[in-house]
Amino acid sequence: MSEKKIDESLKAAAHSPSASACAACPAHNLGNLRRLGVDMENWDYVVALAGNPNTGKSTVFNALTGLRQHTGNWPGKTVTRAEGGFEVGGARYKLVDLPGTYSLLSTSYDEEIARDFILFGQPDVTVIVVDATRLERNLNLVLQVLEITNRAVVCLNLMDEVRRLKLEIDERRLARDLGVPVVPTSARYKEGLPQLLQAISEVASGEVVCKPHRIQGGVSEFQQAIDRLASEVEQNFPGIPNPRWIALRLLDGDERIVKAVENGELEALVASQQEAPPAGSSHGLRLEVAQ
Amino acid sequence: MKPSGSAKLLKQAESLRWKVGANFQDNLMEAIYTDAAQIADRAVTSPEKQARFDWERTVDDLVTSRIWGFPLMLLMLIGVFWLTIAGANVPSGMLATLLVDNGHAWLKGLSQAIGLPWFLDGLLIDGMYLGTAWVIAVMLPPMAIFFPLFTLLEDLGYLPRVAFNLDNFYRKAGAHGKQALSTAMGFGCNAAGVISTRIIDSPRERLIAIITNNFSLCNGRWPTQILIATLFIGALVPPLYAGLVSALAVVAIALLGIFLSFAVSWGLSRTVLKGEVSTFNLELPPYRPPRILQTIYTSLIDRTLFVLWRAIVFALPAGAAIWLSSNIDIGSQSIAQHIIEGLSPMGLLLGLNGVILLAYIVAIPANEIVIPTLLMLTVLTTGGLSGYGEGAGVMFEGNVADTRAILEAGGWTLLTAINLMLFSLIHNPCSTTIYTIYKETGSAKWTAVASLLPVVMGLAVTFLVAQLWRLFTG
Repeated sequence: MSEKKIDESLKAAAHSPSASACAACPAHNLGNLRRLGVDMENWDYVVALAGNPNTGKSTVFNALTGLRQHTGNWPGKTVTRAEGGFEVGGARYKLVDLPGTYSLLSTSYDEEIARDFILFGQPDVTVIVVDATRLERNLNLVLQVLEITNRAVVCLNLMDEVRRLKLEIDERRLARDLGVPVVPTSARYKEGLPQLLQAISEVASGEVVCKPHRIQGGVSEFQQAIDRLASEVEQNFPGIPNPRWIALRLLDGDERIVKAVENGELEALVASQQEAPPAGSSHGLRLEVAQ
Repeated sequence: MKPSGSAKLLKQAESLRWKVGANFQDNLMEAIYTDAAQIADRAVTSPEKQARFDWERTVDDLVTSRIWGFPLMLLMLIGVFWLTIAGANVPSGMLATLLVDNGHAWLKGLSQAIGLPWFLDGLLIDGMYLGTAWVIAVMLPPMAIFFPLFTLLEDLGYLPRVAFNLDNFYRKAGAHGKQALSTAMGFGCNAAGVISTRIIDSPRERLIAIITNNFSLCNGRWPTQILIATLFIGALVPPLYAGLVSALAVVAIALLGIFLSFAVSWGLSRTVLKGEVSTFNLELPPYRPPRILQTIYTSLIDRTLFVLWRAIVFALPAGAAIWLSSNIDIGSQSIAQHIIEGLSPMGLLLGLNGVILLAYIVAIPANEIVIPTLLMLTVLTTGGLSGYGEGAGVMFEGNVADTRAILEAGGWTLLTAINLMLFSLIHNPCSTTIYTIYKETGSAKWTAVASLLPVVMGLAVTFLVAQLWRLFTG
């Protein structure tokens, strides 16, 4: 074979269908992460830190990474993304602090950053920091995150305040209801951090498989519409981990998601998720359907 | 998946959307709230019907009350500034003695001993060293007191209450209530304030917030305000009340800034940036006992040293440039004197002077160096220069009265001081902020508006004040 021919056959290979396996190889989502500005060299896992504003997210971030991002009792302190890293059991984790948001539904800039990162960046674990003294209000965001990703840990922060207010929280019950690990912490006083790291590494490695809660409340007509569209989404993207959430966003006319469906971005994401489950977990097969 | 598949899916979504109707968002929120309430209810046990005194609610009722909210806010601000001004006096004097008098004299002696050429001696010691020494002496003590206090208030959760109190005004001004938050952030740093406007969804309201953020006095301008108020306003009354009166003057300037941000927001939202006001939820975070030592540590590192470092970095080259420009002569005068004389007529018209205008041009990269620049320019271009160098330590006794003496030698009056405080509040943002505005808006036009509008306003305000002052004081 002449050199030229080899060259050509290589080129052909690059365009042949089998080359799209590249899109499914474990490294594929690196492209997306890189596009989101996350450099993944030297890291094994990406962990996103989400949560309502003012729940001590930045304090958790600092406690885990040993960095000193400015913290404050102040909603909206973090409007950009901060990054740091830590190591547990020999694996290196990159921690990305997302802007604090109350929801992932509206279209403000900070919510978009958080939403895009969890959806398109596909972090190996999303840690949702929750103000334990205001659990109900904080759960709104938790439930929304759990619609997007199967791999989450709830960090029940500000437990010192909980004790001060003489509240009692049954974290096991909460973990059962949410279907993800729940770790009580008090990041300001460095309480519960080893347990949090443990939970993160268990979810990242696939040792713990989450069965996240899916939104069930609301009128039946509404749920029916979601179910119908969700099954349609699933047919179109077999193996998609969050068909209901995609359905929700399509029903709401979310332009970013519509675009992702149109331009094949979503398809590529599903493919990369299916082919590259971390440590061989059965990721993508555990589709929890609302009862 | 073929394109047709996705097209079909989107079509289906659209038809279903019609069926679910306009209530979709409401339905979704209701569904989420229902689930959240149920899960939280199962997991949380509250203590039995608490009859105990809920101090948080009581405090909140007080600090956000219609009647007491504003007076308390003022009291708090005055308290913070009074502590800053009263506390900074002594260490400032000590630092000035150490760095400006003794340090300068010692360096001069050293350079004579090793036979440094006169121009190097001047450039390095009279220019770069002295400029930097002034930055540290004048700015470090007030910052080291003010920033930890401010950070404590922030950590305590007071700022969102301030935002809550201000929200109503912003809405009336046609701006977003969250602008109160970015305004409060601007009291630290305008560049950070501009970035924090990202929490505002509507582009129209965000632009208003960006343009008016400059009216929040920033880290770099607090020291100017505090120093000038101490020197000229506090000195008007007996020493016993000096601290309090200076604090009141600084608070008045800060309040004027807030008022201007309302006024400009109102003007913009009625003219070039018309539109609806969005609603939003502002969460009042729980009060958390601040961790005092850690707060002091981080605010010293993050804010005080950060600002000081920025000031030093800009003061070094500025000191060199100022020394060069006042020592290189064109014709019979130095370059600095030419520029100052050129700016003087305009400066006098504004109740300022040529030195101040030049200082503000030099200080475009960082507001922090206004005061050191003023002092250097005044010393180098007035009679204050003579005897300087040999008679080291004679001129500066190391207290604020001497700083005042320098400025008075430069022809300063009470009007100059007041107008400087006004102009420090109302002028162009620093170059970092301008760059941030450009990055956030992506528009040269709005960056220009945000940069030039305050300068024009500042010139107008100082001009008016000067004319009125001269009219009434003859």
